[in-house]
Amino acid sequence: MSRVVRKFTRSVPQWQPRVTPVNLAEATPEQLEALQVTPSNTKVSDYVLTLAHDVESLAVRSPLFNAIMYDPGGMSRAERELGALAASMVNRCIYCAAVHADRHAKLEKDTAVTDALFDKGGEAELGPRNRAIFDFARKLSEAPPEATPEDMQMLRDAGLAEAEILDLILSSALFGWANRLMHVLGDPVRQEAEA
Amino acid sequence: MSALETTALAVAGITGGTVAEAAADRANIFEMTDAAEAAVLRPLYAGGFSHELRAALAARVARQAGDAALADHYLHAAGDMAALADPDETGAAQGLAGVVAFCDKAANATKDIAPEDISTLQDAGLSDADIVRLCELAAFLAYQLRVVAGLRLMRGGSA
Repeated sequence: MSRVVRKFTRSVPQWQPRVTPVNLAEATPEQLEALQVTPSNTKVSDYVLTLAHDVESLAVRSPLFNAIMYDPGGMSRAERELGALAASMVNRCIYCAAVHADRHAKLEKDTAVTDALFDKGGEAELGPRNRAIFDFARKLSEAPPEATPEDMQMLRDAGLAEAEILDLILSSALFGWANRLMHVLGDPVRQEAEA
Repeated sequence: MSALETTALAVAGITGGTVAEAAADRANIFEMTDAAEAAVLRPLYAGGFSHELRAALAARVARQAGDAALADHYLHAAGDMAALADPDETGAAQGLAGVVAFCDKAANATKDIAPEDISTLQDAGLSDADIVRLCELAAFLAYQLRVVAGLRLMRGGSA
């Protein structure tokens, strides 16, 4: 029996699609190429198999995602994860929030920031740099976006360079996209332990 | 093509200065964002959603976010679906009320999306592939309009 996870957690749940994923055995050559299925790599997640229904989007989104989150220079990886987490909290994407809180904690070798955010949400006590980053990303993620020139000034006052601010915009906006796939097309679930 | 010619930077009005310099270092990302725009708005295989309908919904989502410039970017391609760019239009006249309502909710009330929102589309006869296509459209627009909003703030304007 599985139950839907409704509270933010760093413990990454499983993802259960609300639509039927593409059957790998019936995938088209275009889908196989976007899925990067090779004889030595036949493991594809249900999430990616779900997105393979729109293979043209999947094929361009994966390299874009990797560039925004992992390309060198600009903002640190941990701070990009904080931008992703802020978006995921606004959109209540429990799965995305878990993955990116976990990555943040591992990169920082410290759970304090994500513990505080999951415990107190936007009211969490954060240092001035994390505060400016989280608030900007959170407000940019609202619909419509609520970030203001004052929020931008807070980033600059906290010492962020232009390249870092741009990376923050990109990483938090990217999760506006990812959340609307992950949270809309499936449920975060965990297997119930036998009583 | 220079990064400045991509949709996000052009719509945000970035023509030079420190923002353009930062963007030039991420030119690959802005180029891939335009490739994503092409894949989501003008796919070779459009499924149940014509390019015109996709453009109209994109303009609608941009307007709902208060972004007239991005809405204009899409509206010219909306053809006979252009009426749907008006957020007050329900889509009932086009037989698209369910699609429009879902797009609005996915774009603007993401956290409130529930399993029933998907099963309602399935019950209305949408294929799972079309449901994924519709999500990608709303989701990509959510990304692109926030990149534009952030760039405007960097430039010194309001979002």
